[in-house]
Amino acid sequence: MSNVEETEQPAIVAEAEPIAATASYSQWYLIWRRFKKHKAGLIGGYIVILLYAAVFLGEFLAPHGVSNRYYKVVHCPPQRVHFISDEGFHLRPFVYDIKGALDRKTGIKQYTEDSAKRHPIYLFSRGDEYEFYGLFKSDLHLFGTGKGNPIFLLGTDRFGRDMLSRIIIGGRISLTIGLFAVTLSLTLGSVFGVISGFYGGTIDNVIQRMIELIFAFPSIPILMALSAVLPPEWPSHLVFMGIVTVLAFVGWGGLAREIRGKTLSIRESDFIMAARVCGAKDSRILFRHLLPSMFSHIIVIATLAIPGFILGESTLSFLGLGIKPPMTSWGLLLSDAMNIHSLSLYPWLLIPGLCIIIAVLAFNFLGDGLRDAADPYSSR
Amino acid sequence: MIPTLILISMVSFVVIQAPPGDMLTSRLAELAEQGELGSDSAMQQIEALRERYGLNDPMYIQYFRWISKIVFEGDFGQSFTYEMDVMQLLGERLGLTLTLTLSTLVFTWIVAIPIGIYSATKPYSIGDFGFTLIGFIGLATPNFLLALVIMFFQISWFEVESVGGLLSPEYIGADWSWGKVYDLMSHIWVPVVVIGTGTTASVIRIMRGNLMDVLGQQHIQTGRAKGLKESKVIVKYGVRIAINPLVSRLGLQLPNLLSGAVVTGIVLGLPTAGPIFLTALTSQDMFLAGAFLLLSATFLLMGNLLADILLAWLDPRIRYE
Repeated sequence: MSNVEETEQPAIVAEAEPIAATASYSQWYLIWRRFKKHKAGLIGGYIVILLYAAVFLGEFLAPHGVSNRYYKVVHCPPQRVHFISDEGFHLRPFVYDIKGALDRKTGIKQYTEDSAKRHPIYLFSRGDEYEFYGLFKSDLHLFGTGKGNPIFLLGTDRFGRDMLSRIIIGGRISLTIGLFAVTLSLTLGSVFGVISGFYGGTIDNVIQRMIELIFAFPSIPILMALSAVLPPEWPSHLVFMGIVTVLAFVGWGGLAREIRGKTLSIRESDFIMAARVCGAKDSRILFRHLLPSMFSHIIVIATLAIPGFILGESTLSFLGLGIKPPMTSWGLLLSDAMNIHSLSLYPWLLIPGLCIIIAVLAFNFLGDGLRDAADPYSSR
Repeated sequence: MIPTLILISMVSFVVIQAPPGDMLTSRLAELAEQGELGSDSAMQQIEALRERYGLNDPMYIQYFRWISKIVFEGDFGQSFTYEMDVMQLLGERLGLTLTLTLSTLVFTWIVAIPIGIYSATKPYSIGDFGFTLIGFIGLATPNFLLALVIMFFQISWFEVESVGGLLSPEYIGADWSWGKVYDLMSHIWVPVVVIGTGTTASVIRIMRGNLMDVLGQQHIQTGRAKGLKESKVIVKYGVRIAINPLVSRLGLQLPNLLSGAVVTGIVLGLPTAGPIFLTALTSQDMFLAGAFLLLSATFLLMGNLLADILLAWLDPRIRYE
């Protein structure tokens, strides 16, 4: 008799309470609603989308081909965009022609603007020809000064290549390497983390010792040593995959630990117990119940891990152990600024660094926002 | 601890051995570039060297030879590129690297803890907001970039003559004097700031969060209720507890700082182990690179152990089984 009462009471209570408005929304809607309130996270998210869109459209946005060399304008400083000339105000912005002259005393080429020649900047201008992902050929660029008239809004490097174009195309490598590395290390991390947390015991012990062994080394030196393993004769796309593997190999441990922690906390929850009582196999519990319930947390962990991979790649490439030409990345671009001579004379070579900071900041803010939103049922 | 060390040594060796070819292959390539290759005597010379260093033996034999020499004789082998004893080459530089790492750690804590306390006691103030912003940017800036930026400002704004390095040219090799100490101090702040910024930012964040949590607890209220001075409440009741998790995170901070010290050493051209390690990797100088990996991992292991002991001493609630 008392037994019946005990089981029925909660049901009555639940019926008596008005059903909460949140009950009818999906979890993902709740996460989104919560995320929207996190302004920094939202802005970070927009910047991330913008950055990926920019590097996806790379060749179209870049005013020049990535390896086009303009020998006459080596180490040219960023060109100024003008609206006002001697003739008055122009609605269409323009740049002046640049004239280079060798300074006899210092041996350095100095560039001056030639106000006699104006080059108006047109939208959708024709310029260097490029192949868009091997799909079609085009010479249409978002902006430019017409064929044969180079425009260097962020200056040029030591071969006279346009920095803006190289930053956009280099960003493609820097940003995708983060995604690739996080996908690979997340796969490893999820498998090992879930197994470690779910089964415990000896397997857990072995996996944890493995992770500790990787963490026993300082990260940058071990990354450097592993990248040095890649054969120097490899073409650049293989090196790219190699660097992804190296980054993931060093990075999966941290992800596995976090996923293990989440698994441990979810393993004891009622719905897992219910599945087990129903006689579900381990694999079903793992893949139908555990992993899906952790999905939002895994996305957060992944987002917060991407900056580390971007920074890792940039450091490796900067030191000459990462991406190799003809590919380029922000880190590799910065390696041109490594000596004091370049730093003092050509400070615009540091601009790729700004891109790294912006990308990493955006991912960090996005990750923070997602983390706060990932658990929409908590009251915090 | 000992098993970990053994595993560390194995991993170091395998990683260093893994590149295709060996140090003699790179020497061979060098000779080929100079046009000295092709003569039979050169090939014989190389083969003889290979035999002498036992490079034709299977890997595990090479490993045992390497590790037993290290353990029993303290001999880390010969560096190929520098043609010197590895320890002789690395010893002082490694010492300097570790000194730099540890002094940066001290600097980090001295700067970050007061800021963390300030941010936690005045949350959401302008100062807190400013520090949070700087912290975010600090975390987002790779070490090498910060080094470049500081070097750039030194050149263009302050017109410092000797940028990078630890000493001005006139003091290198000179005897120690007050002038030299001053010169060292005027140089060393750059690597310390470069290496420490990221860690400082994270220590501030952790300290702020911890202290805010602690300040919400009841014993703080009790302290205030019985009329303790606010400074005493915060320092003795708050910080005393909030600092413990920081100590337990030392194990995460040290590797970061050491990594930073390696990269910064390379960018600024410091006489630390960083530049030598990079050269060793690119020229496949395996004993040199292996010794650095092994020794730095050992250092981190020691650091972790000390951090654990320190934590147990600081926080009597913690007991190790």
